[in-house]
Amino acid sequence: MSIASQRRWQLSLLLGPASLFLLVFFLIPLGIMVVTSFLAPGLYGGVEWSFYPHNFGRILGFADPAFEEFDPVYIAIFLRSLKIAALTVVATLLVCYPAAFHISRLPDRWKNFCLFLITLPFFSSLIVRLFVWVMILRPTGLVNETLLSAGVIARPLEMIYTDGAIILGMVYVFIPFMFMPVYASIEKLDWRLVQASLDLGAGPVRSFLRIILPLTAPGILAGSVIVFIPALGNFVVPAILGGAKVMMLGNLIEAQFLSARNWPFGSALAMMVMAVMLVLLVAYVIVSGRRNLAASAA
Amino acid sequence: MRDAIVRLTSAAKAFSTPEGRQVRALDGIDLEIGRNEFITLLGPSGCGKTTLLQAISGFVELDSGRIEIDGEVMTDRPPYRRPVNTVFQNYALFPHMNVGDNTAYALEVAGVPRAERIERVRAVLRLVGLEGMEGRLPRQLSGGQQQRVALARAIVARPKVLLLDEPLSALDKNLREAMQLELKTLQHELGITFIFVTHDQQEALTMSDRVAVLADGRIQQLDTPRTIYDQPVSTFVASFIGASNLLDGRCDGGNFIGSDGTAFRHRECDSKGPATALIRPEQFFLAARAASDPAIEVTLEQIVFVGSSFELFGRTGSGRRLVAQVPAGERHAVGALEAGGAARWYYDPESVHVIRDRKAA
Repeated sequence: MSIASQRRWQLSLLLGPASLFLLVFFLIPLGIMVVTSFLAPGLYGGVEWSFYPHNFGRILGFADPAFEEFDPVYIAIFLRSLKIAALTVVATLLVCYPAAFHISRLPDRWKNFCLFLITLPFFSSLIVRLFVWVMILRPTGLVNETLLSAGVIARPLEMIYTDGAIILGMVYVFIPFMFMPVYASIEKLDWRLVQASLDLGAGPVRSFLRIILPLTAPGILAGSVIVFIPALGNFVVPAILGGAKVMMLGNLIEAQFLSARNWPFGSALAMMVMAVMLVLLVAYVIVSGRRNLAASAA
Repeated sequence: MRDAIVRLTSAAKAFSTPEGRQVRALDGIDLEIGRNEFITLLGPSGCGKTTLLQAISGFVELDSGRIEIDGEVMTDRPPYRRPVNTVFQNYALFPHMNVGDNTAYALEVAGVPRAERIERVRAVLRLVGLEGMEGRLPRQLSGGQQQRVALARAIVARPKVLLLDEPLSALDKNLREAMQLELKTLQHELGITFIFVTHDQQEALTMSDRVAVLADGRIQQLDTPRTIYDQPVSTFVASFIGASNLLDGRCDGGNFIGSDGTAFRHRECDSKGPATALIRPEQFFLAARAASDPAIEVTLEQIVFVGSSFELFGRTGSGRRLVAQVPAGERHAVGALEAGGAARWYYDPESVHVIRDRKAA
């Protein structure tokens, strides 16, 4: 056996299981979803096998005239989801960046302990942890009871089932996802470069903006993508903390599949979410690719 | 010194080790450095030379004492408000900026207009031999080129004092020797005070106007390279600078009497007490130059040819190891010797330096 064909064998052995898994559990379902999104919904659930572009039309403005009029509510839900996901990114970044900075400068023993604490939430169920937030935020919950008995407020504050509650829950869920890439880039930062900047006359603020921020930007960028994409499609947090009042993309899609039994429309919505994510990912690859290219051009 | 640009007074700094022990990195340093002087801080690792440098640049806060630069007290000023710049050991070039932006950084921070910045960067890059390299990134440069960028970046804003923290230690031998001469020339052209930190005594002797030998957080000796080499004040300085043969003994009645029987008259032996005689390897001769020259009998152990000279390793009757250096021009004299044989090494008592070790006295 020649070396080249031996290498090809090794490669297919190494990549085989992963490729097979992705093919069966990702690519094929994705194909089914793409096809479904262009089929007409059946009257009692299921699909009718005819080409039907109005699933996308319902979202974008060319609804099937036989059925209904165009309602911009779906675009509004899209925009709200984008807004909440963006705010989640900003809030997790504001929490994680200073914390990662501080932890990266601790002695090794404390550093490892803090990293353990960050991963600790993964040891218990997400649903349980979110219901704890319900206990804390609801009208008869911890915060309201405390404030009421202290006489700070006369009526319970409306905290749960608001956009604020969703963002709070999202931040809570996604902090570890932001923290890890941000921490990795800050940990890697060469402090001697900061010293050099101070030595050359730049004060702390300028040294941060000109040296620390650009050198940790890859971590910020990676963390933002890792948080934004699942936050956009998340349905657990709005389902538990948003109640029935706040609809987000995740809930909308879930409702189409499980309650409305309109699979084609649900597929079309999911396709739209994927399109947004794809645009973002491509932008990320181009931006980070340009950075790498600039950094390694020979 | 009337015209000192850097003046340290009783500078002290202690660190605690992880085991909780206190280490005095600076133990009451008094030091005055002249305008336009090239001074080297030399010492083994852990002697406090880097701490001293960082105290001047502002990255180490003194426990006590004060620092003045050009008449202004700097003791409590942060690094970014001191008129000094540093060439760092690992260069610390900003990896996300090209050579031009790295070099222009201090000017940009100081608010120098763009047109002037470009002109000054071009001039300083020409000075260090990197003309037209503005667009390169640090990682595209060789070690020697990175070193030059670090130098250009540190001098472009014309600091009053330039600090150099072992900047040549990462370069290979040939490049290092070339850079030593270049640095010396550059310092002359710029008229900036250079404070150079190294553990390499050859480097210190080659470049400096004065050398400060440090150990245990104290300045052991501060003088010109020649004085430090010829007249070290202690056996520590003698053995740290250059190769040395140290013969312990005592002074008595104007004579130096070695513990192995060596004896000769010496001008520094007018008072009684323990003393050490220093004979540099190149001060030994294989033939007597004057009838009165004393000699040491040795058994030759090894003869090493190093190009410009021979190094002879011998052992005295009392077991002391000595080294002699003979110019390669005297190869006929060396040719008669062979390892294992006996030899007589002559020396001129006038050129011997007797160290009256104050600690031992």
